[in-house]
Amino acid sequence: MALKDERVTLAHGGGGRAMRDLIEDVFTSVFRPDGMEDQARLQAAALAEPGARLAFTTDSFVVDPVEFPGGDIGTLAVCGTVNDLAVGGAKPLWISAAFIIEEGVEVALLRRIVASMAAEADKAGVKIVTGDTKVVERGGADGVFVTTSGVGVIPPGRDLRAMNIRPGDVAIVNGVLGDHGAAILAARGEMALSAEIASDCQGLGHLMEAVLVTAPGARAARDATRGGVAAVLNEMAEAAGVAIEIEEDALPIRAEVRGMCEILGLDPLYLANEGTLVLFVPEAQAEAALQAMRGTEAGRGAVAIGRAVAGAPGRVSLRSAFGGSRIVDMLVGEQLPRIC
Amino acid sequence: MCLGIPGQIVALTDPERMLALAEISGVRREVNVAPVASGPLEDLVGKWILIHVGFAMALIDEDEAAATLQALRELGEAQAELDAMAAGDAALEGGQ
Amino acid sequence: MRFAEEFRDPKAARALLAQIAGVADEIGATREAPVRIMEICGGHTHAIFRYGLDKLVHEGIEFIHGPGCPVCVLPMKRVDECIEIAEKDGVIFTTFGDAMRVPGTRGSLMQAKAAGADIRMVYSPLDALELARRNPDREVVFFGLGFETTTPSTALSIQAAAREGLANFSVFCTHITVPPPIRALLDDPHMVLDGFVGPGHVSMVIGTHPFDFIADDYGKPVVVAGFEPLDLLQSVLMVLRQIGEGRAEVENQYARVVPEHGNPVSLAAITDVYETRPSFEWRGLGEIEESGLRIRDRYRAFDAEAKFGIGYGAVAAEELAEGCACGAVMAGRAKPVECPHFGRGCTPDDPLGALMVSSEGACAAYYRYGGARAAAE
Repeated sequence: MALKDERVTLAHGGGGRAMRDLIEDVFTSVFRPDGMEDQARLQAAALAEPGARLAFTTDSFVVDPVEFPGGDIGTLAVCGTVNDLAVGGAKPLWISAAFIIEEGVEVALLRRIVASMAAEADKAGVKIVTGDTKVVERGGADGVFVTTSGVGVIPPGRDLRAMNIRPGDVAIVNGVLGDHGAAILAARGEMALSAEIASDCQGLGHLMEAVLVTAPGARAARDATRGGVAAVLNEMAEAAGVAIEIEEDALPIRAEVRGMCEILGLDPLYLANEGTLVLFVPEAQAEAALQAMRGTEAGRGAVAIGRAVAGAPGRVSLRSAFGGSRIVDMLVGEQLPRIC
Repeated sequence: MCLGIPGQIVALTDPERMLALAEISGVRREVNVAPVASGPLEDLVGKWILIHVGFAMALIDEDEAAATLQALRELGEAQAELDAMAAGDAALEGGQ
Repeated sequence: MRFAEEFRDPKAARALLAQIAGVADEIGATREAPVRIMEICGGHTHAIFRYGLDKLVHEGIEFIHGPGCPVCVLPMKRVDECIEIAEKDGVIFTTFGDAMRVPGTRGSLMQAKAAGADIRMVYSPLDALELARRNPDREVVFFGLGFETTTPSTALSIQAAAREGLANFSVFCTHITVPPPIRALLDDPHMVLDGFVGPGHVSMVIGTHPFDFIADDYGKPVVVAGFEPLDLLQSVLMVLRQIGEGRAEVENQYARVVPEHGNPVSLAAITDVYETRPSFEWRGLGEIEESGLRIRDRYRAFDAEAKFGIGYGAVAAEELAEGCACGAVMAGRAKPVECPHFGRGCTPDDPLGALMVSSEGACAAYYRYGGARAAAE
């Protein structure tokens, strides 16, 4: 039956008719899974190619505000899981989605989130096949939390692991850095800053497929979410036992993001992204990888930002325009705005 | 210490409370202009200021800035000539 | 012009570096017998590391990172007092982000927030005022932290609260002033400094004359500097030239922002609202006479010390970790890596000493921008 309530109440988590109405009207009518069992029953044929491997990932999403310029928690949840699979070289296939909903949340908000998820899943060519909802008392959660797990398949012979990176490999990003972190900062309103910055939240599946066709020698990719590009570069340098040098002048950063960072004393290298990856590729295929990226929607702004070098394993350094260099370390915690 | 950022005043928002809107690289923030308000507030619109913790702490003196930059530029050009001469010398030496 | 990028031109930087090298050679500065220049301000320390200037300048120039980081020198006891106020019923405690991670004796504001206190980061005291207007049934306390650059903003906010009769707003004043610790450093018989890069944004408020004593009484050159890399390099060159020519003066490289006599509105607000404390404790440096400010009686209603009965009580000097070299590092007598705790018991995750606390502290900057790894290699 169609759901008439405007807001979610504890009754929608009670296991009765109200819950069934919520699930059917808001979720499954949009996601359209095959059947309404407690589990998704999926054809194993997609996985059965000899030498193929199963990729399986999970992620939880909490964001304040739940809706922000450039997306909402639903966009984040689907893109985040698709991207985790894609940067590992997997073709994303199926996603599960579990929702923890605070009582009082508007049903209209849930519908918008679900619509975002369905649209992103469509774009990425994945299916949301199973899910769950729980309702908690006011204060038990902050609006809506979403957990998504994803299953994909890695074709035979494909091996994208950070440990494969070799000195000389070129580091490429697919576009501007820090937009998501800056957009959320502005949207939260705590610092009373206004700027037209939208989250970069986007799926990277098609981009990765395009890259791997034209630059099959690509070594490794990571999506630069929390901790920003600085964090993934550090992880990759550590895993590969190489040093990484990036050029400050090459970093693509929007003027508004730079401005926000200057005001709050933040470093854009550490701002979160939700549709930005770092790819390492042998120099001979770097141009091909860049061209392939630029031919996709998510990769129009692709540029090389530096390279792996022989040097202190795990060290990431940044060269400034006039030759000075500094270490780009992992952060202790999250960046806090500062006045000094 | 004391992060200070250049910005430009683009509008007055609450003259009573000495508040104006400043723009820094496309980011806007309301700032208090009391420290730089020596004349009519309207005159501040378009002016460049140094912002610290939401206050316009100083008007940026554009002539002084230009003078400093000019001196730096001349220094750069003089050095470029010296470098060119040094390179020429090195080439001559290399050729011998 | 945007008054920022223009001052990052690599060509001009190379020219400045060449000139610096020339003067450094002329005056006989070497790696073994360097010219030691203290940048007083933590913002300058940050810029030096961010642009790698310490590695680009002539090897005979050594930067000594001064005490100009209000977060680093914040005594632990003051953090405890913040938490005590923040934990009171009905209080919204507001602070700049900088102070959130500074450890007190029973944890940081970040930890107090996790334990349930209503602590909020704000960008400006204006935002705390706004919170007070919107929450008339709550007590909004602003943690007034910082040097002369920041002091006018809280003074003007207190004046605004008084005008509006905003009775639920108060400031927990921990403002400190730059000249007294510099005088203390210069009075140290082991002092090794040859010149100073003066704090540009402090000077924008107080002018350049408060630093005359460095040149007049101690014979050391001072150049008040801006914060872009070219500003810093030009200032270093100006300091070296003074040394080379045997001059000791206060020069102003940052004239685009710093007026000789400072900002009259800000100075008047500071005088109206604040008075000097007999003494105040600086973490790592100890008690320094007349180095702190408190709120005058006429603004008592907006003084969190009075409102919550938590005054500044000078306690016995804080116990520092044994061997902690913060004092020696701030005086330029030791490098961060020479401290036995650096990178071992004392890291940015878990700081022991003042200089590891804020990203602008000499030790934290050293650690973050290469000193730690360099030391380990």
